[in-house]
Amino acid sequence: MPNTESLSPATEGRTSARGAREPAGGLAVALWATLRRDLVLLMRRRSEVLNPLVFFALVITLFPIGISPDPDLLATIAPGLLWVAALLAALLSLDSLFRGDFDDGSLEQLLLTPQPLPMLGLAKVAVHWLLTGLPLALMAPVLGIMLSLPAGSYLVLAVSLALGTASLSLIGAIGAALTVGLSRGGVLLSLLVLPLYIPVLIFGAGAVQAAILGDGALAHLAILGALLALALMLAPWAIAASLRISING
Amino acid sequence: MTLSLQARKLACERDDRWLFEDLDLDIQAGEIVRIEGPNGSGKTTLLKILSGQLADYQGELFWNGLPMRESRQAFLESLLYLGHAPGVKAALTPQENLAWYQALAGDSGSEAARLTSLASVGLAGFEDVPAGQLSAGQQRRVALARLELTPRPLWVLDEPFTAIDRDGVEALEERLIEHARAGGCVLVTTHHPLRQTDELRRVSLGGGGQRHAEH
Repeated sequence: MPNTESLSPATEGRTSARGAREPAGGLAVALWATLRRDLVLLMRRRSEVLNPLVFFALVITLFPIGISPDPDLLATIAPGLLWVAALLAALLSLDSLFRGDFDDGSLEQLLLTPQPLPMLGLAKVAVHWLLTGLPLALMAPVLGIMLSLPAGSYLVLAVSLALGTASLSLIGAIGAALTVGLSRGGVLLSLLVLPLYIPVLIFGAGAVQAAILGDGALAHLAILGALLALALMLAPWAIAASLRISING
Repeated sequence: MTLSLQARKLACERDDRWLFEDLDLDIQAGEIVRIEGPNGSGKTTLLKILSGQLADYQGELFWNGLPMRESRQAFLESLLYLGHAPGVKAALTPQENLAWYQALAGDSGSEAARLTSLASVGLAGFEDVPAGQLSAGQQRRVALARLELTPRPLWVLDEPFTAIDRDGVEALEERLIEHARAGGCVLVTTHHPLRQTDELRRVSLGGGGQRHAEH
C-alpha cells in the first residue's frame, strides 16, 4: 500500500488547480461539439441517412400494389403498417450508430474523456433521432395519403412517430452499444432490441387507430411520452455501461 | 507537477494464459517508461489497464496515492491516450478532428491553437483536407497533434511511431523527452530503439508471466 496520507494533500491541490483551469461550460461544450461532429459526419455520408427513409417509402408504396388498392382495406391496416415500417427503418440504421467510432478508435477516446459518458452517448442518440426518427415522422403523413389514411389522424401519426422513434433510438442504442464489438452484430441487435420495441409499437399504432376512430389519442400519446421519459432516464446509463463492456471485450 | 501511477500485484489472464503476474510498477513524474516485449506479450493490454479502459485484471491501481476507482475523474483529466487506431475520422478534416478533441477536454478551443499544433507535427497546409485523403503517417500525425493541443501530464502512447517517417520519429522522440523533463510522464510501447536518456526506463514483459523490471 502506498502512503496515502502523505500524498493526498498534493492530490487535492492538483484537482482544485485543475478545477479552476477548466472552463465552466465544459460539458456543454463537449456535448455541442459531439452533436455537431456527428451531424457533419452523417451529412457527408448522405446515403446512410437516406437508406432508412427510402426503405420506409418503398415498403409503404409496395403495400397497396401487393394487397389491394381498396381504400377501406388500406385505411384499416394503415396505422399498423406505417408504424411497423417506420420501426424497421429505424432499426435498419442502428447498427452503424457506434460502429464507425469503434472502428477508427474514436470510441476509446470517448470513453477516456473526463466528461460523463452517458451524456455523450445521449448526444449521439440525439443525432440518430434527428436524422432518422424525425424525418420518418415528417414523411409518414405523406405516405399516409397513399394508404388513404382517414383525415384527422395525420397530426397524431406524426406526433406519435416523433415521440415513439425517440424511444426507439434510445432503446436501440443500448443494443447497438452491446453489439458494437461483434463483427456481425446486426441480427443479434435486432433480436435484442425488438422485444423492447413492442410496447412502443402497440401504443404508437394505437394512438393513430384511436384518432381514426375518434376515441381521442391523447391517452396513447401520453403513454408514449411516459415511455420516452423512462427511456431518457435509464437508457443513457445503460448505453454507457454497454459501451464499457464492449470495449472491455 | 507531482504525479504518480502505481500498480500493485497486477495480473491479467487472456485465453487461459497469464500475460503478466505480480507486476509492480511505480511511474513518477519526469519519466519515460517503455514497455517492452515480443508480439503478444500483453503490452497493449497493460497500457489499456493502466489507462483505465480494461477492468478485467487483478491487482490494484493507484493514481497519486489514491485507489483508481476513487480518483478516476482526476486521472482522466490528466490522461492523454493514443491507441493503435489513431481515432481520426476520415470524413472530417484534421481541424475538425482536433476541434472535437478540444471540446471533449471541455475547452471551446481556438483555431489558432489547432493550427499551431498541426504545424508542430508537420501538417501545415493540410488543415482542411479530409483526413481520409491523407496518408497513414499523416493521419497518425493528426492524432499526435493532440499532444500539443491538450496539455496533459500523463501520456499513454501505444506504438506512436507507427507509419511515421524518420524525421517525424526523431521529432516525436525529442518531444517525449521534453515532456518528461518538464515534469510530465510518458508510458510508451514501441519497437523503435529509443535513445537512452536519464528519463528512460524499461519494463520488460516476457512470455508466460516471466518478467523483470530494470530501473
